Amino acid sequence: MSILRRLAALFRVKANKALDQAEDPREVLDYSYTQQLEMLQKVRRGVADVATSRKRVELQVDQLQLSAGKLQSQAQQALGTGREDLAREALTRRSAVLSQVGDLQGQEASLRAEEEKLTAATQRLQAKVEAFRTRKETIKATYTAAEAETRISEAVTGISEEMGDVGMAMQRAQDKTEQLQARAGALDELIASGALQDATLPAGRDDIQARLDAATAGGDVEQELARIKAQLPATAAPPALGAASPNDQPAAAAAPPEENPS
Amino acid sequence: MIVRILGEGQFDIPGEHLGELDLLDARLQSAAEAGDEAAFTAASQALRDAVHRHGAPVPADALVASELVLPAEDTSLDQVRALLADEGIIPG
Repeated sequence: MSILRRLAALFRVKANKALDQAEDPREVLDYSYTQQLEMLQKVRRGVADVATSRKRVELQVDQLQLSAGKLQSQAQQALGTGREDLAREALTRRSAVLSQVGDLQGQEASLRAEEEKLTAATQRLQAKVEAFRTRKETIKATYTAAEAETRISEAVTGISEEMGDVGMAMQRAQDKTEQLQARAGALDELIASGALQDATLPAGRDDIQARLDAATAGGDVEQELARIKAQLPATAAPPALGAASPNDQPAAAAAPPEENPS
Repeated sequence: MIVRILGEGQFDIPGEHLGELDLLDARLQSAAEAGDEAAFTAASQALRDAVHRHGAPVPADALVASELVLPAEDTSLDQVRALLADEGIIPG
């Protein structure tokens, strides 16, 4: 038998089993209806879970884009103070952040597609459950042993297949959601560690910014020192300073301090 | 004939196109037997395309079982094998 026929048969197994086991096929109608209502509830929760997960990813993308923008301006600031090493580091991190953004956006799109499929599947199931309820009441009201079995079997196998399909769609969506949640969790940790920079940290500080500030502040201190020295009478200069560094000039002191390359 | 594409719902295919479906079904079958993932994916996609092309969506409130069930998009050969090997995978 072909794969497609075997798959179709597979979806009928459960319904057939239930029908075979029931002494009166009408029992299956009520039993199946209860299961349908449960399935509808489960699927609706599933859609809500997928939506929550997707929103979390969107939030992370926003955060990362803020970080990328911040790293860009840090690079500009660093170049402005002659710190090409810091600018390079900021831009390296920025490209790592942007690659994460790209990945997340891809995943977000695929989760959105799952969400749409699951929503459509939920609507189909809802319509079928409603049709089943009507059919169930009609069958019960006009019950004659001769026709009931066929009609019940039709209705039950028809909806059972839909439930199987929706159940599988939900499983797929949940698997994707779990993968995404794992990834989002790992990324949250990475952001918290400062490796990708989190622009939403309370103080909005990070090590690149701290070093930039230190470089600028260091420059200010040296400039101020030089200015004060220049105002002092030449004789007042302590001999020890000149002895330690004979070539020391105020202009040289005003230059940004050397920093150990990290 | 009523055909279901998993994840998409049911379609009604007019009789004159059943030959085409049979042909593609046979291609899917031999790809699966040969373990040829690429051929399987191609045949599977060709089947879904044919159903989309020739089929009319079955109304949502119709209660009817399908004669053929097609795997969802992105379903690998291994996933289909697992499905066929274990009926317990199908919920509902």
